[in-house]
Amino acid sequence: MASKEIKLSCRNVWKVYGETPDNFFDNNNGNVSDPLKLAQEMNHKEHIVANANVSFDVHVGEIFVIMGLSGSGKSTIIRCLSRLVEPTAGEVILDNEDLLKKTPKELTEIRRHKMGMVFQNFGLIPHLNVIENIAFPLKIQNFNKDTCFEKAKKVIELVGLEGREENYPSQLSGGQQQRVGIARSLIVEPDVWFLDEPFSALDPLIRRQMQDEFMKIQSVLNKSIVFITHDFVEALRIADRMAIMRDGFIVQFGRPIDIVMNPVDEYVRDFTGDVPFERFLKAEDLIEKPKSRTDNLKTISRTTPIQEILPQLADSKNGLAVVDDKNKELGIITPQGVINVMASAGSKKVQNKK
Amino acid sequence: MKTLLKLDLFQWFFVIAITVSFLLMQNQFVWLKEFPKEFIFPLSAILNSGMEWVVDYSGWFFKGISWFLEWPIKGVRWLLHFLPWTVTVFLFCLVSYIASGWGLVTFTLLATFYMVLIGYWVESMNSFSLVAISVPMAVLVGFAIGSWGFFSERAEKVIKPTLDFLQTVPAFAYLLPILLLFGFGTTVGLLASLIYSFPPMVRNTILGLRQVPSEIIESGIMSGASSRQLFWLVRVPTAWKQILLGVNQTTMASLSMVIIASIIGGTADIGWEVLVYLRKAEFGGSLVAGIVIALIAMILDRITSGLAKNSVTYKPREKSFLRRNKFWFLAITGVLFFYIMSFIFPILNQWPESYFISPAKFISNGLDIFILNFGTQIDYLKQVAFFFIMLPVKIGLQLSVSPYTWGFELTPFLITAYFIIMMLFASWCFLKFSKDVAIGIILFSIFIYFGLTNMPWLPLILIYGLIGFKIGGLKLSLTIVASFLFITFTGVLPQALLSIYLCGIAVIISFILGSSLGIWAAHNDKVSAFMRPINDTMQTMPSFVILIPFVMFFGIGEFTALLAIIAYAFVPAMRYTEHGLRNLPETVIEAARMIGCSQTQLLWKVKIPLAMPVIMLGLNQTIMFGLAMLVIAALVGTTGLGQLIYIGLSKADFGTGMISGVSIALIAIIFDRTTQAWRIKLEKKTQ
Repeated sequence: MASKEIKLSCRNVWKVYGETPDNFFDNNNGNVSDPLKLAQEMNHKEHIVANANVSFDVHVGEIFVIMGLSGSGKSTIIRCLSRLVEPTAGEVILDNEDLLKKTPKELTEIRRHKMGMVFQNFGLIPHLNVIENIAFPLKIQNFNKDTCFEKAKKVIELVGLEGREENYPSQLSGGQQQRVGIARSLIVEPDVWFLDEPFSALDPLIRRQMQDEFMKIQSVLNKSIVFITHDFVEALRIADRMAIMRDGFIVQFGRPIDIVMNPVDEYVRDFTGDVPFERFLKAEDLIEKPKSRTDNLKTISRTTPIQEILPQLADSKNGLAVVDDKNKELGIITPQGVINVMASAGSKKVQNKK
Repeated sequence: MKTLLKLDLFQWFFVIAITVSFLLMQNQFVWLKEFPKEFIFPLSAILNSGMEWVVDYSGWFFKGISWFLEWPIKGVRWLLHFLPWTVTVFLFCLVSYIASGWGLVTFTLLATFYMVLIGYWVESMNSFSLVAISVPMAVLVGFAIGSWGFFSERAEKVIKPTLDFLQTVPAFAYLLPILLLFGFGTTVGLLASLIYSFPPMVRNTILGLRQVPSEIIESGIMSGASSRQLFWLVRVPTAWKQILLGVNQTTMASLSMVIIASIIGGTADIGWEVLVYLRKAEFGGSLVAGIVIALIAMILDRITSGLAKNSVTYKPREKSFLRRNKFWFLAITGVLFFYIMSFIFPILNQWPESYFISPAKFISNGLDIFILNFGTQIDYLKQVAFFFIMLPVKIGLQLSVSPYTWGFELTPFLITAYFIIMMLFASWCFLKFSKDVAIGIILFSIFIYFGLTNMPWLPLILIYGLIGFKIGGLKLSLTIVASFLFITFTGVLPQALLSIYLCGIAVIISFILGSSLGIWAAHNDKVSAFMRPINDTMQTMPSFVILIPFVMFFGIGEFTALLAIIAYAFVPAMRYTEHGLRNLPETVIEAARMIGCSQTQLLWKVKIPLAMPVIMLGLNQTIMFGLAMLVIAALVGTTGLGQLIYIGLSKADFGTGMISGVSIALIAIIFDRTTQAWRIKLEKKTQ
């Protein structure tokens, strides 16, 4: 399984809009006894609750997806994590330090070195060309031009924008613009990578392609990621773990397959209902304990999606060995095992639907 | 009784009853008719002595500033006079090319050559030098204040109304205090133009900075920009186009004011030339000089708006040093070339006087012949307008109808018939449309019979106050009453009524004319394409210039002022009407068509009601433009507040000038608020 080292965590984060939102909290860091009741009380007093008692951890190298419909508070929470929006109460802890206690100056330093963010509508600066946009975070740290451009070239290669360096944002397609946004967010080599609905403004085909490339980039860089989306299928495709938000609350946590299999309430079930669960199985979901020797088995990574596993499995009758990031063996996958998992999962899902 | 008081109709009945009884009794009691002189508050005298005190005790301070500011003006003037005209023209053409392309270069070349050819080069450059100094100052000041307003909401709350006020106080009224404080000289023009031209810069700066998408700002913050970097590297460049549009508006306002400021004289600029010829009634000369102003305005407008438009088309950066700086090299080479050539060919340095062409005499003669031949027709036109429209509104039917004017006597029988017919008409309207229309007609019939300027002061305030209350509630009503009380107690009510009368007629005609043209243009692309450049030109033209052609044909007087105001004020009515009609939701129009509306029904029952809020905005702008022009029109002999300001200016009577200026601003604010409130009311209805 993933290494459990925690990179970023938020504890009881609240964001309340209104005239006197602070009056609802008394120095308890957002840790209230009955959040639901408090939120209702806020609504009564003409305050708007954008985030209520949100807590989660993001592990090192993990893709944590927050999924919700518009107005569920998902964009606010990612802005609370980066303090683009000031949370009303709670704690945001990055590398064991509370972000909310940082001075603006310290915060700027943290953003310059530890954070990168990608925006839904790209957020590119219109009067700068591609390479200048990408080098912008370095430029404002007063790096000299050559260093900026040298580093920019590297990320341009990473996102596949070679030859577009001199173009301006208005001359690029949506997909290309978002590549610029991704490249810009990566140029300072941040540990934490925030993506706020990065592919929502793109056409479905391009979106799919960008998701694949995003996964490829992540497999190389291994960042700690918070990814916001309103697209449930997108969330399932890319998430290591995910949270579903509604009315400012988190309603369910878990690995994608857990959520598909065990939706916690009607709201989540509405999303999972039409999702073919078998598409989102990964190697780690199909593991069984080895019964025989596994030395000469082919190895695959634990995150390999089922679509890639099946053809390989067809070629190797004895099964495949699953290894984690440190190449430690976790178990094996056999054709019969896959069928067993799918059968039991399928029947369980049918029950759930009823 | 209480419920009765709340009744709409009862309130109106009450007010109308008071009005009528005042009108009937006013011959017995003079104070009913005219505000008693003893009660007039001597504000003017107080202001004057206050000003005197300031000038006496801190005059040296202002004179010092004046002295200081004169140097840059002198410097620029010296430079522009020193440079051969060819060099300056070359630089203008180069900037035109950068801003827009060869089309504008051709226009600039022809326009500047016209100035040289008719011998107004020096005067033009004198005017331009003031613009050249005041625009950068206004831009800096406006940008600074705008940024402050952007960051501080509290500051914005003070800035916005101040700007509103600065822009509604007529330009003439600024001149006087500046003149008194800073003394005669070019500085007055500079400062007046600075004060007049920085507000649009403030507005556009605030607007531009506000419009930057939040994601761009967030991406800047997440890139780790400090707040200073965020402002200069993200916000300002992203808002650049709007800021440049501010520069465009500031430039046009500055030029307009520089021209107006030449009225105080001593500047040897092109506005002064126009004025001198106007005063000598040599209209050929004033037209020739007026065209120069128009041309300068057009060149400056095209250049600045071109730069704004260009600012969002980004071109790949040139690699080589030479190509990147090609315009600088071109400028230096061109300047050197023409400078050296002007030594070899003196004509390129200074156009010899013997080569001047003066079409002024020719135009004047042509005009004389025209007036000789068509004088009777022109007079007839003037008389019809005067007897049948202007006089009845001004002094009422009771005084204007006579055998000499209308061809018959106003007998008691006719008076009774008039009122009975109007009453019947009002009741018909009450049944057919609404009570508001009926009340409007009753008020109108009273106004027209007695004349606006003969209305007793108290009922006038009551009526306006009640209208305000019905449209915008208590706050608007109080604003209106307070404004009228100020005007009444400072003793300028008669002049204010004269101004309202003239401007009122002009606004009504402008609005009817403008909105009809707007309706036409909205349905006909050719008309639209034809009118657009005319509108653009009319709006960029310094208001001064618009007077010239009308004075030429109709001489001095209220009729000329009326036409000039109409020519200036119909543009917004037309623009907004066309804009409103062209931008209606397509689905509603389609639905109406499918229901089976005829073209006429579609227009009157669907399109116009839907576009009404936008059309009302046009009316609002028409009123503002009309009032602005009214003051300028005082130059061609109108009575009213404009004339008072003008008198104040020529007699250095600060108090009178200021009170009249503020009164005009108050009238503007009243009508602005009323139309805005009306528009908001309509908007609520249509949504």
